[in-house]
Parts: sequence; structure tokens; C-alpha cells
Amino acid sequence: MTFFNFEIQNWNLYKNILCTILLILNNIVPLLICIAFFTVAERKILASLQRRFGPNRVGYWGLLQAFADGFKLINKEIILPTKSNVYLYFFAPMLALFLSFFSWGFIPLSSTSLFFNDEYNTLIILAISSLNVYTIIIAGWASNSKYSFLGGLRSSAQMISYEVSISICLVPVFLNSNSLNLSEIVNSQINGWFFWPLLPVAVIFFISIIAETNRAPFDLPEAEAELVAGFNLEYSSIVFAFFFLGEYGNILLMSTFFTILFLGGWWPLFDWLTLSPIFWISIKTLFCCFLFILIRGSLPRYRYDQLMYIGWKTFLPVSLSFLFFYVTIFFLFNALKTDFYNFEDFYNLCLNQNLINSQIDINLNELYSIKNIIKYFF
Amino acid sequence: MIQRVVGSNPTFDPMNLKIIELLIFTVINCLIVTVLLGLSSVFSQKNPSSEKLAAYECGFEPFSDARKNFDIHFYVVAILFIIFDIEIVFLVPWVLTLSATGLFGFYIIMFFLFLFLLGFIYEWKSGIIDWVWYS
Repeated sequence: MTFFNFEIQNWNLYKNILCTILLILNNIVPLLICIAFFTVAERKILASLQRRFGPNRVGYWGLLQAFADGFKLINKEIILPTKSNVYLYFFAPMLALFLSFFSWGFIPLSSTSLFFNDEYNTLIILAISSLNVYTIIIAGWASNSKYSFLGGLRSSAQMISYEVSISICLVPVFLNSNSLNLSEIVNSQINGWFFWPLLPVAVIFFISIIAETNRAPFDLPEAEAELVAGFNLEYSSIVFAFFFLGEYGNILLMSTFFTILFLGGWWPLFDWLTLSPIFWISIKTLFCCFLFILIRGSLPRYRYDQLMYIGWKTFLPVSLSFLFFYVTIFFLFNALKTDFYNFEDFYNLCLNQNLINSQIDINLNELYSIKNIIKYFF
Repeated sequence: MIQRVVGSNPTFDPMNLKIIELLIFTVINCLIVTVLLGLSSVFSQKNPSSEKLAAYECGFEPFSDARKNFDIHFYVVAILFIIFDIEIVFLVPWVLTLSATGLFGFYIIMFFLFLFLLGFIYEWKSGIIDWVWYS
């Protein structure tokens, strides 16, 4: 293959890279549009909860309001406070947006449309969502303002303490599905959603994701009455928009996560309706997002000590004891998915399926591929 | 009809990791973020003044540096989080291999949690989690 006298070697590789770039854009661009319409939907729903019209000037019924806001935010002045740390000040919002984009690569929207399908999807998403604390604490510290510093401290403590109950609530799901892969978790819900058998865990998980994404009634970092605007007080223009987009992307991500874990993912609600799996998962996700907004519109804000009390003294012990409740039920009814009943059988099974020896191969392959990367790119 | 394929059984395939794709994914994400920031820095208004650039403090000039002492509670919460996170690190693989370890593994985790419970009771009674002391 020649291209303007320039010989292109290994054309297939370039074609593959182009394909992956298109795939990635196919992942990110709809996400951005989705976030835009989600913000409009939130304003509209909040307005109708308070018997107002909401935005209704830009486009039909105010549908293009989010794009107008975006263009306005790009045009506004970027204010860099005099005493702030310049690099960290810009690094935090960029990291926030990056993380919320990045975690979407590991979410399966149907059994075929998964971009990175590996065994440990759930753990990767948990890890990325726990990195979100850094954006908030860096933003609060770097802008060198008292309000944002206090807001950053508060919100990082809040996110940290609810992360514990989120990850404990995930463990019964792993127990039921016997896998860490999200598409496997959805596949194992073929006979029924995990929502009903794991009802208390699901409720705790939902409340914890509201707290994790810093939404009302747990929006302590943005408590207007005490802290003005919380950790993003000193941010303006596009840098503020980064935090905004990141937050809403995280809300969408967490509601998709909830549907995948508990609401049966892409399995249809009604068997007689034959629609695509993407439709069903998006309907369920939209319902979760609607719940987020409804809760914001109807509940008053918590006090900070109450918030910590619920996180550490209620959710943590309750979710942990429910985990052991489910484990004992599994033991009682012999419901564990097994081909083996003791250590020796397990070890032999691993040996037979080359699971133990393959550990060495994995490392070798990784090395090999990193070598490949260096060869192709440098 | 909707496909109901169960048990694709994803055994660990190292070539499934797609390291190059992951690299491209990170690079593109970084690019989008930097391009947005660059667009804004090109098109935005630039009209700074000393009062506009001062840190917000209810209309006054900021009295002092914001980086001062803060409540020890936040630090203690972070330490507690590490302890509970380690517990989760133990729980997840235990749950996935429960069929192999059986009741033996169950009793071991129960012992571990008993020790853990002692720590939790101490933490509860020492009033670290209470943010307001009613006296």
C-alpha cells in the first residue's frame, strides 16, 4: 500500500488502530450528548416538581439549552486565583473528566458491545471511581481558598466512607453470580433480577451511590448555605464545566452500574416485546437517573454528622451482616456453584485447566505485547 | 428475537487485555480534555483584575492563607477507610472461591471478622465517628 510515495508498512495494524479510534469515539461522543441532555432533563424535572416551566427558550421546549450553556461556558473567562497552584488547579478538573470518560470503557451495554471485556471489570470500575476522591481533594487544596478547602475535605471524607459500603454491597452480587465480569453478572440474572433477592443490599447500594456522586440529599460539599459552592468555588468557565460534566457522567455511570448489578442489565422487562438489549438497559438506566433527580427534588439536605453516622454506624454493619446472611443461606441450601468441594479438588481442577501454569504465560505475553507497543510507536 | 446466550465462560485470556487499545483509549481521552481546555483558552475573554483574582472570602480581601490546621476527624476517617478496604480485599476472593474453601474458609473469615468486630466496637465506643459530642 503506497500513499503519496510514502510506503505504509503493516497496513493492517494502522487499520486496526483506526477502527479502535472510531470505536472509542463511538463510546465518547454519545456519552457527551447524553450528559448534555441529562442536565436539561434534570432542570426540566426539577422545574415540574416545583410547578415551573424550566428552560424553554433555546430550541424546542428548551432542548438545546445544554449546548447553549456549553458554548457560553467556553466563552467565559478562566479565572486563576493569585495564590493557587497553577498546575494542580488545572490538573484536578481534567482528571475528573478523564476518569468519568475512562470508566465508561469498561461498562457493557449489551452482550456484544463491550469495549474492554476482561475478567475484572467490576474491580476496575471500583478502582477508577475511588480515584475520583483525588480530583476533589486536589481541587480543594490547589485553589487556596478557605471555602473550597473545607468543601474538599468534607466531600473527600464523605466519598471515602460511602465507598466502603458500596464495595461491601457488591460482594453478595459476586456471591450470586460467581464472577467479577459485568456481562457474566448480567447473564446470571437470566432467571430473575438480583434486585428482589438482594433487596436490602440493593437499597443500601443505591443510597451509597447517591452519596458517592455527591448528590442531594448528600450534597454536603455544595452546601450553598455554609460553603458557598464547595470544592469548585474558585473554578469558572470550562474548568468548572469539566467538574460538571464529570459529575453528571459519574451519575450516569453509577446508574448504569446499578442496573447491570441489580436490575438485570439488558434482559427485557416483558418477554413478548422484542426490542434490542440496548433499549432495555437504557430504559432501566433512565429510570435510575430519574430517581436521582426525584430524590434531589424532594428530600432536604442531611447534616454532616448524620451523614457520617449513617455511613459508618448503619450501612457498614448492616451490609456486612447481610453479606453473611446470604453466605449462610448459600451454605444451608447447598446453592454454591461447584465442581469441587475441597482444596485438593480445586487445585487439581486448576492444574487440569492450566489455570496455575497459565499465570506464567500471562506475564510473558504481557511483556511481549509491551515490547510490541514500543516497536510500533517509537 | 433477543439472544439469550448464557455461559460464555470468560476464562482468562491474556490477549483479551488489549493493551494497545487501552493505550489509545487513554490518549484519546486526554486529547479530548486538553483540546476542550485549549479551545476555551483561545476563545475566552481575558479581563483580569487584582480583586477578581483574589480568593473568594465574602467580598473581603482574603485574611490569611487557606492552608491551615484542620480537624483531626478527617484524618481518622481516612485511616478507618484503609482498614475497612483491606477487609474488602479479603472478602472478595473469599466469596469467589467459597465453593472450594467451604466451611473451613467460612470459619476462618468468621474468626477474622471477630477480631475486626473488636476493633469496630473500640472505634465506636471511643467516639471517633461521632462528629458532635453531646455532653
